[in-house]
Amino acid sequence: MSRVDLTEAAAGLLRRLTDQHGPLMFHQSGGCCDGSAPMCYPAGEFRTGRSDVALGQLRVDGVAEPIPVWMSQAQFEYWRHTHLTIDVVSGRGSGFSLEAPEGVRFLIRSRLLTDAELAELADG
Amino acid sequence: MTRYAAPGETGSVVSYQARYDHFIGGEYVPPVKGGYFENPTPITGKTFTEVARGTAEDVDRAVTAAEGAAGAWGRTSAAERAAVLTRIADRMEQNLEALAVAESWENGKPVRETLAADLPLAIDHFRYFAGALRAQEGAISQIDADTVAYHFHEPLGVVGQIIPWNFPILMATWKLAPALAAGNTVVLKPAEQTPASIHVLLGLIADLLPAGVLNVVNGFGVEAGKPLAQHPRIRKVAFTGETTTGRLIMQYASENIIPVTLELGGKSPNIFFADVAAANDAFYDKAQEGFAMFALNQGEVCTCPSRALIQSSIYERFVGDAVSRVERIKQGHPLDTETMIGAQASNDQFEKILSYIDIGRQEGAKVLTGGVPADLGGELSGGYYVQPTVFEGDNKMRIFQEEIFGPVVSVTRFDDYDDAIKTANDTLYGLGAGVWSRDGGTAYRAGRDIQAGRVWTNCYHAYPAHAAFGGYKQSGIGRETHKMMLDHYQQTKNLLVSYSPDAQGFF
Repeated sequence: MSRVDLTEAAAGLLRRLTDQHGPLMFHQSGGCCDGSAPMCYPAGEFRTGRSDVALGQLRVDGVAEPIPVWMSQAQFEYWRHTHLTIDVVSGRGSGFSLEAPEGVRFLIRSRLLTDAELAELADG
Repeated sequence: MTRYAAPGETGSVVSYQARYDHFIGGEYVPPVKGGYFENPTPITGKTFTEVARGTAEDVDRAVTAAEGAAGAWGRTSAAERAAVLTRIADRMEQNLEALAVAESWENGKPVRETLAADLPLAIDHFRYFAGALRAQEGAISQIDADTVAYHFHEPLGVVGQIIPWNFPILMATWKLAPALAAGNTVVLKPAEQTPASIHVLLGLIADLLPAGVLNVVNGFGVEAGKPLAQHPRIRKVAFTGETTTGRLIMQYASENIIPVTLELGGKSPNIFFADVAAANDAFYDKAQEGFAMFALNQGEVCTCPSRALIQSSIYERFVGDAVSRVERIKQGHPLDTETMIGAQASNDQFEKILSYIDIGRQEGAKVLTGGVPADLGGELSGGYYVQPTVFEGDNKMRIFQEEIFGPVVSVTRFDDYDDAIKTANDTLYGLGAGVWSRDGGTAYRAGRDIQAGRVWTNCYHAYPAHAAFGGYKQSGIGRETHKMMLDHYQQTKNLLVSYSPDAQGFF
């Protein structure tokens, strides 16, 4: 199983953004203002490294490459008991996330992972 | 009690134009690609103006204009630059009400706050940096009998500034005042959620600045902010906002080897030691207000005291009183002078806050009050309002570790001093903190042990100029609101001068 999932609305938006910008990536931002929400960039635009962890890859119908979802390792320590679904809401996000001009914003919806799921993730 | 008329309505003290272009080279110019985006007010959710959708071409024009003005502005005497900043402050003060109402309409915050805090602080900030600049000195070191080192502060040149939406005019001022004082010219990119109030300000002060000294390019982060941060002809970039964007801006700055200052947010602990409840007096009342400070600006402050740590021995009584205090917070129309908490800045902020309230419940935190959106009825039904919310839980929960950026506080208890400090520091951030104690020694030691750049001691949410502000850990780099910022916006020129007529002996 995967730690990350996405809604149909998010998938549709990602198809459109891929048409415009090519392969994509996500990095979950902490912090104020438009933080505590995922940032969507062209793949490779945001340099990840030793301090980051890849939570999973989103497979979207109509998009050739899977879309990796990254988070800082330090932040992940506080998130590891939750499952994340990327959704979209109307709004005016900022940062440099690609969807802002579309009048929408990516958002994370979370739920607690069950013990069984946590065990499976630990093994995998 | 007064209710201000909305901008543009009969009797209003201010109005917005239907459309705003970029402000480049001392005049308003349309965006090269001709696009505009709608700007709604979060008070009702309705659009009230449209703003230029800037792109790399507009940023380039702005940087060129700023470069053109940089030489003359940098050579202007400190006295004259300080006089310009003082005139800006005076002009703002003469128009305080209009600016306050415009800011409230743009951001959703109560006019009570813009009148009492945002605008007076901004006015004072220009005056502070005018004074700091006049008092700044270089340095002279006598190296030996024939050699003297002269140190001069010189401006950097053109600086890029990307500012957030939570205090649009004040955040612009925190960046502009020191940058302009230090002799730089600026390209400013306001947040796309709050792109317009700066233009009400510009309408009042543009004539005070030489053309090209201040340039404003609006737009979306990816279309206008990114080209600014990456621009090869700026000499520094400054940013306030979220963590990932801060990292990305550092990356862009590295392409041109320019300095970066960043203010990135926090999860500030507000620590109440048992002795605050030693008497039921003015100080206890003040501590109660201190707890309720998480609701200031609808919680949309990087230093929101969003974790409250209460010593176990007073927990039940203090939290009981604190929840009552929170329930007395007046929610209402932001243009009513009695309203204490306004609208969240946008729909996506509103949705994000609700998603955190949801995960808090899932994690087993208990809602002591609030926890739901607020429908204020009438024309406000389309706006973005959340009831002030108090959660009870433990410090490992996500609602204790992540910035919710809404009127939500997470409360937990601690047993003794060491437990308080350990919990306070168990966070990725280090921007703000609050320490409440009647004992000066406890307060002092706690303040020094907490890993945060600003420790409010027996107060909170005060932002006077001359008190340095900035973060430890993942909360950023650099300090604001203090004369040390002049250094952040200058470089040091050392003239190493020999007065000896003789060869040095190398060749």
